[in-house]
Amino acid sequence: MSFLEDVVVGVSIELGSHLFTAEEIVRFASAFDPQPFHTDPEAASRSHFGGLCASGWHTAAIWMRLMTEHMRREAEASRLAGRPSARFGPSPGFEQMRWPKPVYAGETIRYRSTVAAKRPLRSRPGWGMMQTLNEGFDQEGRTVLSFLGSVMVEQRGSGG
Amino acid sequence: MQAFRHFEDFRVGEVIPLASRTVTREEILAFAAEFDPQPMHLDEAAARATPLGGLAASGWHTAAVFMRMMCDGFLLRSSSWGSPGIDELKWLRPVRPGDRLSGRAIVLSARVSKSRPEMGLVGFRFEVENGAGERMLEMTNSIMFARRGDTGR
Repeated sequence: MSFLEDVVVGVSIELGSHLFTAEEIVRFASAFDPQPFHTDPEAASRSHFGGLCASGWHTAAIWMRLMTEHMRREAEASRLAGRPSARFGPSPGFEQMRWPKPVYAGETIRYRSTVAAKRPLRSRPGWGMMQTLNEGFDQEGRTVLSFLGSVMVEQRGSGG
Repeated sequence: MQAFRHFEDFRVGEVIPLASRTVTREEILAFAAEFDPQPMHLDEAAARATPLGGLAASGWHTAAVFMRMMCDGFLLRSSSWGSPGIDELKWLRPVRPGDRLSGRAIVLSARVSKSRPEMGLVGFRFEVENGAGERMLEMTNSIMFARRGDTGR
């Protein structure tokens, strides 16, 4: 992954896509968000959603998985090229998460991440904070998820 | 057990307890393996070398567990229509294996939807602590609830 100094504001990364099956939607929701419109196709069809749809936390968790897969590919590419790779730290949180449209069973969602801002962290020498706009889109290109996330990124020459 | 809540049953200033929940090492590893396979969430030794200083739950896992605490606390006994999103979520401290989480929902606002008068939006601030009383997570968002008498759950 890029060090903080090499991160370019405005650059987008395509993270790939994910098929939300009914089985996976029900499994996630049964553990973490067992509201009937996420766990019971019958009840969901009678709800205002009109059908079984994924928990918003599920659509966000899949973003995280695709992001970690992207990070692993980048780290591997850096290793093969003999370049150092930046570490990522934890995230302090996110803002403005929106679920403008439900993700129904059988939908494939495509994810994208765009660098929105970056700054060095005075409180933690060698690290910076990067803000990204993260989005998910359905097959018609309609937004189903968006949020502004923050994550710690290593600075070049931090000795890590 | 608390009675079933419709939109009208939420009062501004009201504090609603969330269900408590213990997060186990096995749960941390299983969630991370599926959704957030980074060393700080998967491997004790590797996690010690990260800024988290030891194995900790993925923040998305913490958020998902908190969602379950909300469901069991009051949401499953309500006319919830889900949520349009989250205004802000802060991960203040990493959740460690064995942490027992508890928390509360504080009702900040309640208004009937103009575009869909059969429902209302309730604004919440949520606070979650560990067993030592340390604040772990804060979140503000709105949840949609059907109004009393509406049958279109």
